[in-house]
Amino acid sequence: MTTRGSRWGRGLSRRGDTRDQTAAGPVLRAVGLSRVYGEGESTVLAVDGVDLDIPSGQTLAVTGPSGCGKSTLLHLLGGLDRPDEGEVWLGGQRIDLLGERALARLRRRAVGFVHQDFHLMDELTAAENVELPALLAGDSPRTARHHAAALLDRVGLADRDRHLPSELSGGQRQRVAIARALVNEPLVVLADEPTGNLDTAATHDVLRLFADLRATGQTLVLVTHDERVAATADRVVSLRDGAPTEDTPLAAGGSQLGALLGWEG
Amino acid sequence: MQDVVLALLVKRPSHGYDLRGRLLAALGPLGETLNAGQVYVALTRLEKTGLVVREREDASARGPRRKVYALTEAGRERVAGWLAEPAGPLAEVAEFHLKLVAAAESGMAEPLALVEARRRELRRSLAEAQHAVLIHDTDSEAGLLLEGVALRLQADLRWLEACERTWSARAPYGEGGENG
Repeated sequence: MTTRGSRWGRGLSRRGDTRDQTAAGPVLRAVGLSRVYGEGESTVLAVDGVDLDIPSGQTLAVTGPSGCGKSTLLHLLGGLDRPDEGEVWLGGQRIDLLGERALARLRRRAVGFVHQDFHLMDELTAAENVELPALLAGDSPRTARHHAAALLDRVGLADRDRHLPSELSGGQRQRVAIARALVNEPLVVLADEPTGNLDTAATHDVLRLFADLRATGQTLVLVTHDERVAATADRVVSLRDGAPTEDTPLAAGGSQLGALLGWEG
Repeated sequence: MQDVVLALLVKRPSHGYDLRGRLLAALGPLGETLNAGQVYVALTRLEKTGLVVREREDASARGPRRKVYALTEAGRERVAGWLAEPAGPLAEVAEFHLKLVAAAESGMAEPLALVEARRRELRRSLAEAQHAVLIHDTDSEAGLLLEGVALRLQADLRWLEACERTWSARAPYGEGGENG
């Protein structure tokens, strides 16, 4: 957390081209965010005027039925897509107005993506998959290798580093993908239905991993239609027709489980 | 049963036969096991406790005269309390369903607002359960129970999605169903 903060603090002050929203501000902020698909009468307002502040260290779940705009919102937040209206601020910097190359550079360093179908390179080993974004971001091969080994250990796959994705289970592949998302110490990890293709046991592994990440102060946004996945977040935002309808803070661990069964109070 | 009968009386004073018909319409096949006498028993008890009064007797075209009951002020307050009170995380589906029906019929609460409040309640409960599921060994007896609780809450939340769709499409009053 502190290393990540200082690393980014330096990077941002060097840039100095945007108003810094200070360390206390949200890591990720959407202001009046809208995205329209199609033209004429067939236009669809996929994201409709979303305002969202995500503080540092928060795990936010965005839920809603398919087609509610949650994936589009995630792509806008991560700079994979550009809004038709509104602003996206990441680490105090406005990113929706950046040029393509600057945006790609920022995305590589500041955003870690986790996809439903893993998006691993089939011909690379687990370790090589994790190293790749670090090498692309300019790390030395040695640093990248070092980082990748530590992360594979952290996701419990130190002994699978030389395996190809095809030699790994779905849950293991997703854990490699999470290690990859973390290799550049991103400001935020954005996960789109990260457990959508996993069975119950593998889902629990991934959710435990996210809980570990949260304990280290990693900011995490996950899009899911599964309420059990959303239940592991600090906060749940429901999306309907591209707009938030509910914003519920969750506080697990208060051990009011007895109350669930009606044996208390 | 008493709460449900009371809630149905908010719309208009009514007799047992009519109340039972409306209850059956709301419950569908699940209402088939409803004993014909249950509504009348509930009405008698409610009258004793002063929540309803016998307003008049209607002569029906054929068959017996029908006692028409009306809510008292105390009865009205009880309905408001019932609609507002959280049902508890593992409450019965049917009771919440009937609350939505009663809320829409009586106009004393907005069905979608009840859905939202219930969703918040269930989400907080599921957060507790899921947190515990991830800590406990799923193979343990405790883990097995937690898994059951979490699955149950997840199912209820999915059903609430359907409730939201249906009641926002109906938009009985208020701002309309444009968000459905």
